Amino acid sequence: MVNILETLKKLWLESGFMGFFASGGWKSLIMIAVACVLLYLGIKKKFEPLLLVGIAFGTLLTNLPGAGLYHMGMWDAYVHECPYDAVYDYALYNTEQDRIFTQEEYYYYVAARACGHTTDEIEEHLETAAKTGGDLTLDFQALVLSPDFDESIVLEIDESLVGELSFTDIAHLGGLLDILYIGVKAGIYPCLIFIGVGAMTDFGPLIANPKSFFLGAAAQFGVFFAFFGAILLGFGGNEAASIGIIGGADGPTAILTCMLLAPALLGPIAIAAYSYMALIPMIQPPLMRALTTEKERAVKMEQLREVSKTEKIVFPIVVAGFVILLLPSTAPLIGCLMFGNLLRETGVTERLSDVAQNALMNIVTLFLGISVGATTVAARFLTLNTLKIVLLGLIAFCFSTIGGLLVGKLMYKLSGGKINPLIGAAGVSAVPMAARVAQVEGQKANPSNFLLMHAMGPNVAGVIGSAIAAGFLIKVFGA
Amino acid sequence: MTRSDMPIGDAVVTAVMGWAVVFLGIALLVVVVVLVGKLMTAKKHAPAPIPVPASGVAETAPAPKPAAPAAPGVAGDVKLYDTSDRDAAMIMAIVADELKLPLNELRFISIKEVHKK
Repeated sequence: MVNILETLKKLWLESGFMGFFASGGWKSLIMIAVACVLLYLGIKKKFEPLLLVGIAFGTLLTNLPGAGLYHMGMWDAYVHECPYDAVYDYALYNTEQDRIFTQEEYYYYVAARACGHTTDEIEEHLETAAKTGGDLTLDFQALVLSPDFDESIVLEIDESLVGELSFTDIAHLGGLLDILYIGVKAGIYPCLIFIGVGAMTDFGPLIANPKSFFLGAAAQFGVFFAFFGAILLGFGGNEAASIGIIGGADGPTAILTCMLLAPALLGPIAIAAYSYMALIPMIQPPLMRALTTEKERAVKMEQLREVSKTEKIVFPIVVAGFVILLLPSTAPLIGCLMFGNLLRETGVTERLSDVAQNALMNIVTLFLGISVGATTVAARFLTLNTLKIVLLGLIAFCFSTIGGLLVGKLMYKLSGGKINPLIGAAGVSAVPMAARVAQVEGQKANPSNFLLMHAMGPNVAGVIGSAIAAGFLIKVFGA
Repeated sequence: MTRSDMPIGDAVVTAVMGWAVVFLGIALLVVVVVLVGKLMTAKKHAPAPIPVPASGVAETAPAPKPAAPAAPGVAGDVKLYDTSDRDAAMIMAIVADELKLPLNELRFISIKEVHKK
């Protein structure tokens, strides 16, 4: 007869609730609270809801103990090409010290596990040994001779270890979110989103006033300022580059750069990038008012010239060819952006343009959000580095705005007061939010001011500028 | 505080060089876009060959009619009749919002205030 109590007890012990009482379980509870806050911001406050709701729900799912939808250890093993312990979801790579285990450390690890030590205890011991110069081989021998040593566990560990993981292994061993995350890891989602962004962007104002391009370049100042700040705060070069690109105010660019340079930071960087993009109407206006005079903000700009259809068709072809030849590492982003734009402008691919703008964009956004959210595993997210990234992200956005405004002021002087410097702030790409903010601030200074179309020029130039900045950083810090 | 693996001096050089590369890339792109734009505009405005009449003397074309006086308050291409710039901007924004279309996809010919009798 079935022992009901025993079955219930087993069910309880194997339930996710027990995970909260395990070592580090409280961190999962904190992350679930973080997910709820993000959901609140997305749903109630409408902060970039299309992505933030997905990211928040991914955060929730990945931090439910026992769900097994995403395996951080597996991706560590993929990135660092080291063996992966499927049973304990543990990559033989020390993430805290950013190094792969040495052979001695690995042997010690196996022997310690065979003696019943927890992974936390093992890591603590390895850390102490690294600091004090302890001999791990001696420790290993002592463990093997200890009465607690259980040889069967050694065999079990060895059997459970999987060598260098490939996408195929991950698709075979992983959970649902691991499989969806392959699209991020392979750089597919950000590029597909860029096709949609291209199909939705009208480069007309930029073609009509090519000087706007300079404002898009100026507004990348925050990228490099935050990069420098990140170095000062102790991040490595590739991590600092990924953090800096938050200042480009372009989600897909930030995700692609981070995925290539510092995948471990993807969760906090994506969340910071999208949250600050949603906060642009709050971040930019005080800086705009502080750095410009009432007279400058009131400037009415001349009507833009009309751009012919042929110019609009030629533009994506010329830009893609030229920028990719100049900086080949921008090829995925600029190529997809301009391809999407060509679909929009040709006039003979309306169906494809429609799919890129709507169906494709929605499907990819759905996958991207939830799989990026899945990377916010408590052990990786609840660190001091996350707070530093959030702070540096804000600095990046502020200094990008400042860079755009200052060059806008310079253009105001050089043009004899014909250019409203507010449109410089729209150079941070966040399309079309930043352009709308310039329009609103311009109208506050002069109710008959209509800056939206003028601000759209620097706004879309910012997309190209941030792609070039990303291309530069990937070239410098990429493998 | 942990120390970065990148010396501060290298970080400064990389940051300055990065921004300079973005500016340089953009500046070159501006040159290319302006050149292509000029090429397109030149093609568009290329003068049509003047047909030479058989007599060898160019016929005098009828003088063009004088352009109608511009409507009071013209905002770019949009002709405004009894409408202030501010009202016109608001109307255009409202129309774009109601149609759920970006403003740059709409073309306004004129805005006229209709006086009820």
